[in-house]
Amino acid sequence: MTRPPAPRDFDHPDVVLVPHGPMLLRGAESVQDVDGTVHPVERPVVALCRCDKSSRLPWCDGTHKVIPR
Amino acid sequence: MRLPKPRGPLSEWLVARLAGTGVAGAAPTSDSWADSWDDECISLWTLHELSFRGFEDADDRAEWDPGLLGVRHDLETALEARLRERWARTDPAPVAPEDVPAALETVVAEDDGPSLADHVRRHADRDQVLELLRQRSVYHLKESDPSAFVVPRLPVRAKAALMALQFDEYGDGDPNRLHSHLFARGLEAVGLRAEYGAYVDDAMPENLEMNNAGSLLGLHRRLRGAAMGHLAAFEMTSSLPSRKMVQGLERLELDGPMSAYYDEHVEADAIHEHLASRDICGTLAEDEPDQADEILFGAFTCLDVEARFASALLASWGAR
Ligand code: FES
Ligand SMILES: [Fe+2]
Ligand SMILES: [Fe+2]
Repeated sequence: MTRPPAPRDFDHPDVVLVPHGPMLLRGAESVQDVDGTVHPVERPVVALCRCDKSSRLPWCDGTHKVIPR
Repeated sequence: MRLPKPRGPLSEWLVARLAGTGVAGAAPTSDSWADSWDDECISLWTLHELSFRGFEDADDRAEWDPGLLGVRHDLETALEARLRERWARTDPAPVAPEDVPAALETVVAEDDGPSLADHVRRHADRDQVLELLRQRSVYHLKESDPSAFVVPRLPVRAKAALMALQFDEYGDGDPNRLHSHLFARGLEAVGLRAEYGAYVDDAMPENLEMNNAGSLLGLHRRLRGAAMGHLAAFEMTSSLPSRKMVQGLERLELDGPMSAYYDEHVEADAIHEHLASRDICGTLAEDEPDQADEILFGAFTCLDVEARFASALLASWGAR
């Protein structure tokens, strides 16, 4: 017996762009940064820096909040 | 953990009753403890703890003992009234459900409480940092536990998002990465005691009140919106200060497992803040519009009790 697919009653995107903030990425197993280094992902959701000012790229560290818009 | 040291007539009565020693008799009336804030704080902390891990020297059935629940009710009523009064003094405007995430950002932006992380980064000496870690251990050794009580009380979207956040707090299934465990390893590495509740007897009343506020919101279904607002404000004010903590710990050569704990929070809370403000609080307010203002009350409370704790600790060091 095959299981019917889960209902899609709610939006649950894999990628969410936070206004003036990071990109949230769900369900990834690894992320390659701009230097080509591949970082394993150990969380259900990660935040990727979009402002390029994070001290721990490719991840967001909240620095975008102190950058004037 | 063993029962804490009493700090006045109410906690003396309470500890004797929980330990089953002596004739405890009837609870002291509220006029006998109303003047001792310290006594009030440690008593409510002790009563709440019965719903977390409890005490080796207290009967586990005490959690639902009607005589103790009456005392807990009086203490919680007094605390909640105090917290709501502080919120009312800011003259909050009602918020529309769809504006909750933006309103949370405003509450956080308007917070002008002193920053302990700033002090640690630049000025604190080793003894001050160790004192701060002892105080923080009261919460961090049960990190996230108060919000775990809220899970069954939420509608579908907020529930799923809270579980995603809590899963990360609890190590993504790996006990080695559980946040409270990381903090315990950090305490050991800087030469402090790491067992659950180790420094409760040293906790300042401002710190106990901060912990009691979090437990109060987490333990009552009625306060679920405030509990989630509290969580959001906590997460939204964590990643940048955590980075300052790392810098301060490194400056004092206290790096290693303790700075690893804060380092984890730089990254984790840069994610959690969005889960909490948008996916938990935002959807909760849409699904249960009467919770919108409650969410902001909880957020304000989180920042307010932290500001009071930070002011008291800095003042005790002559640092402000
Ligand atoms: S987007 Fe958050 S630090 Fe760059
Ligand atoms: Fe955490
Ligand atoms: Fe967190």
